[in-house]
Amino acid sequence: MEEEWTPKITLFCCNWCSYAGSDDAGVGRKQQPPSTRTIRVMCSGRTDPGFVLTALMEGSDAVLFTGCHIGDCHYISGNYKAKKRFEMLKEILDEIGLEDERLQLQWISASEGSEFAEYIRKVTEEIKAIGPSPLRQEWMK
Amino acid sequence: MEKVGSVLVVGGGVGGIQASLDLADSGYKVYLIEHRPSIGGGMAQLDKTFPTCDCSLCIESPKLVESSRHPNIDVLGYTELLSVGGESGNFIAKIKKKTRHVDINICTGCGACTQKCVVKKIPSEFDEGIGERRAIYIPFSQAVPNKATIDIDHCRIFAQNKICKVCQKACTAGAIDFDLKDEYEDLDVGAILFATGAVPYDPSELKQYLPDHPDVLTAMQYERLMCANGPTIGHVKRFSDGEEPKRIAFIQCVGSRNPKIGIEYCSAVCCNYATKESIITKEHNRDTDISIFYMDYRACGKGFEEFYKRGQDDYGINYVRSRVAEVYESDGNLTIKYEDLAEAKLKEEQFDMVILSVGLSQSKKTQELITSIGVDLNEFGNLATTIDHPVETNVKGIFVCGTAQGPKDIPETVAQSSGAAGKIGSLLSEARNTLTTKKELPPEKDVLGLEPRIGVFVCHCGINIGGIVNIPEVVEYVKTLPNVVYATEVPYACSDDGNKQIFDKIHELDLSRVVMAACTPRTHEPLFHATCAEAGLNPFLFEFANIREHCSWIHMNEKEKATEKAKEIVRMSIAKARLLEPLGRGEIPVNQKALVIGAGISGMSAALDLAAGGFPVYLVERTGELGGLLKHITSLPNGEDPEQIVNNTIKKVEENNLITVYPNSEVSDVSGSVGDFKAKVISPEKEEEIDFGIAIIATGGEAFKPEGYYGYDGKRVITQFELEKIIDKVEAKTIVMIQCVGAREEAPRTYCSKICCTEAVKNAIRIKKQKPKTDIFILYKDVRTYGTNEVLYTKAREAGVIFVRYDDLRKPVVNEYVDVYDEFIGENIKIKPDLVVLSTPMVPNDDNAEVGKMFKVPLAPTKFFFEAHVKLRPVDFATDGVYLCGLAHGPKPIDECIAQASAAAGRASIPLAAGKVIAEAIVASPDEERCVGCAICEDKCAYLAVTIEDGKAVVNKAMCKGCGTCVTACPTGAMEQLHFKNNQILAQVKHAFAW
Repeated sequence: MEEEWTPKITLFCCNWCSYAGSDDAGVGRKQQPPSTRTIRVMCSGRTDPGFVLTALMEGSDAVLFTGCHIGDCHYISGNYKAKKRFEMLKEILDEIGLEDERLQLQWISASEGSEFAEYIRKVTEEIKAIGPSPLRQEWMK
Repeated sequence: MEKVGSVLVVGGGVGGIQASLDLADSGYKVYLIEHRPSIGGGMAQLDKTFPTCDCSLCIESPKLVESSRHPNIDVLGYTELLSVGGESGNFIAKIKKKTRHVDINICTGCGACTQKCVVKKIPSEFDEGIGERRAIYIPFSQAVPNKATIDIDHCRIFAQNKICKVCQKACTAGAIDFDLKDEYEDLDVGAILFATGAVPYDPSELKQYLPDHPDVLTAMQYERLMCANGPTIGHVKRFSDGEEPKRIAFIQCVGSRNPKIGIEYCSAVCCNYATKESIITKEHNRDTDISIFYMDYRACGKGFEEFYKRGQDDYGINYVRSRVAEVYESDGNLTIKYEDLAEAKLKEEQFDMVILSVGLSQSKKTQELITSIGVDLNEFGNLATTIDHPVETNVKGIFVCGTAQGPKDIPETVAQSSGAAGKIGSLLSEARNTLTTKKELPPEKDVLGLEPRIGVFVCHCGINIGGIVNIPEVVEYVKTLPNVVYATEVPYACSDDGNKQIFDKIHELDLSRVVMAACTPRTHEPLFHATCAEAGLNPFLFEFANIREHCSWIHMNEKEKATEKAKEIVRMSIAKARLLEPLGRGEIPVNQKALVIGAGISGMSAALDLAAGGFPVYLVERTGELGGLLKHITSLPNGEDPEQIVNNTIKKVEENNLITVYPNSEVSDVSGSVGDFKAKVISPEKEEEIDFGIAIIATGGEAFKPEGYYGYDGKRVITQFELEKIIDKVEAKTIVMIQCVGAREEAPRTYCSKICCTEAVKNAIRIKKQKPKTDIFILYKDVRTYGTNEVLYTKAREAGVIFVRYDDLRKPVVNEYVDVYDEFIGENIKIKPDLVVLSTPMVPNDDNAEVGKMFKVPLAPTKFFFEAHVKLRPVDFATDGVYLCGLAHGPKPIDECIAQASAAAGRASIPLAAGKVIAEAIVASPDEERCVGCAICEDKCAYLAVTIEDGKAVVNKAMCKGCGTCVTACPTGAMEQLHFKNNQILAQVKHAFAW
């Protein structure tokens, strides 16, 4: 039997909240599908639209913006800026017809390991349901 | 005798930790001892903190790690103080390091032993008995020190004399040794700080509340129940049947305000934590019904009244003013029998779960230790202090902070901790830097422009990684990647052996980059950074690959996929490592002079503390006299003499050669940043330029003038503040005091002013003492005599002062008569007073906005200043080098103002004493060639660190925090974030998929 396909998801985590939340999931041994590849940035406000588009073009089946909950940003307001950029990217990707699930935003606090794991399981299922990203092949043409 | 430059801090809660960090940062060696296995205290157990609902451990944990990594702090967990000899400057403290039966130099905290131990179901202390641990345990996953401890009361070997070596076998590091013994040591220290905290009141004797019922929990147990790292992973459920409770009741003042059990004081935190726990419960499930049964709701603290309002208006929490008689069980449900005070009726109501809001009390053992040392306790069993010396005990050289001194919340604890650290710093200033160590580092090797030589170390972490990920396979794969000149596996990279191996290979193979595939950089990066630096490699040429938390631990059943993922994670890190650049940590010199704005009791106290540390101070006062509001106060709640306190302080300020006072003066034209400020001090006579390294804002506040409220005329209707001055001459036969006049209302005075209830009660007692026949009525909304002020409330009632409650719907009417509805008798009463006294709130200084703008520091909506962090940085601003204290921060009594003043001075002493600040290395860095001066970066920076000068972006490295938000915003790619450069992150993104 052919092995089940695991999507590849690029996950941007901020150093203070979501990366720590992801660590907390590990410490709590919260099992997750091996779908994510984490890139640590100091603040979600550093998540550059260029990184996101590159990830999608290189073959990422989805990209996740994560960071501190609104109001909790370690750098006062970086996550507001991340949210703005996320919304802007969303419009672009809608325009080219990419499925909604492929770009997501989730706030995760440093203690939300369980929520983090739950979220990764959910996203992975969603991406499995819609299959590999068409973007990479499109780009290669 | 020469003073010793070291300090013993007893108690590793947030207070002890903060004081240790402050002391170690200002040039003292610190021994931080904690009798429990891990530091963190009660704060580590909390799910969230009020009033911001910040995740508690998330904000505390970085401080735990920082203290354990600090070269000048010895964190001694599982250690007790036995006795103290000697005197101030030269104490000898005898300590006992209880054995864990685990060699802490070998234990890596991997937790393998705790998973194998066969003795299960021991009630976990960390989970307040509602969770379980084993006989060998690590109390919580972020424990510091992160070491296992054998509980000999339960271990099969010690408690049952059985042969069991399961944990020893599970420990591949070989750390467990059943023969280890307790160790005793004498520490030479110059000063001692008691940060021994408090314990939650044990309600087991209050049988009327059914404390033993499985669905009756203490608030601390409920906190653990709600917490994501608690026994139910944050699922709120009943222990009787596992069902989610639909109706929850909180009973307040359990173990507080109860003379019957010998606890007269109010615990000061319970009202607010009950609201917090209710709000979190509501956030878990909006449909949960929550009632809080309280006597007086005491929201005494910054932002607490607003938090209480949110609980009522936004979350629909049902606050029931009542006295609870008992809780009884019927048909599996809990019924609360109570007197509804609003309707003066006995009522009953059913709930699924009852939470007892237990107060703070002192452990007998701690009290005995403290008295044996000769330190006085007060009538409440806390370490005794005075109003003008809030962190000093009766023994010179022995200090106190936090709840050991009386019930209080986290920010007040942190302020006292920094205050005590500041006081100790001044006391021992001649011994500063005598016992601290500074590592001498070799010169850094040059790597710029050379082809990278990467060494990769893949850590087994015992079986934590190696048991899942096929490490030899990862190593073989890594060797095929470009620039990798060396790859190896290590059993425990973080061990001394592991570090030595890294150190040796950097030398031997001339490595110019190191990649560590192991655990999380958040805890271990500083360790490997230090190793690289010792080997002459710039620490920023090191990169982590997290294959434990992000791989082996979360893919335990998919070994092959975990191995593939691990390869990719390491590949991404190598891709970034190739592009890493060495970074310098610049030093910014600090001008050792200080500016203090405002010469009230706060500003003067701060100036004196700074001067005691040897730093020259400019003390600028807007008015013509020193002393501020305290000059107008004629008595204090505990009987101390305010005139003496303020006059003594003024005298000390005037006599101090290091303090230059500028009366009738204002500060203007402030420029510069931490270490290098300049400003003008302007008075009608002259204008002077000053330069200074730090500034403390102590602009104070004033009593609100209630124009238009209750016929205020300054004669028959006066304010509480005005009463102070004439109180001994008052001839009135009948006096009515009205509380909350102009407070707890619309913006900006939404807040509770914290001190007015105590003021009113204090003045009422004073009048009653002089003229017992005077009739005094106090009309109140809640009597907020929080903390130990509660005894004044009792005294006032005993003296015959009559308390009548009113609410916003039925405010008193003041004419010739005062007409007020008395809910106790259920009808309006008329009083004919000769004098009406209005208790009005403290309001912020009207020039706060201007001062704030000059120093680039923000104001809260109430127009008081807004500190860097409500909980953990109460006297700092987000802007480095600027601090605040006293009423400028918010309304508070004098002892709290003085504690904050010492805290601000203590915090400010850190850069002043060092004479320099270390600049952040990971900062934004603009490329002048590509910058077009569009100023988008300037607009995006939350710290005002970016400015446009001559058409180009300039980053002030002292102010940049390195978030990288401006980098992302830069349209031309001119702005870069060092260590997180665009090409570095892009390399990671690309190599997630292939090389």
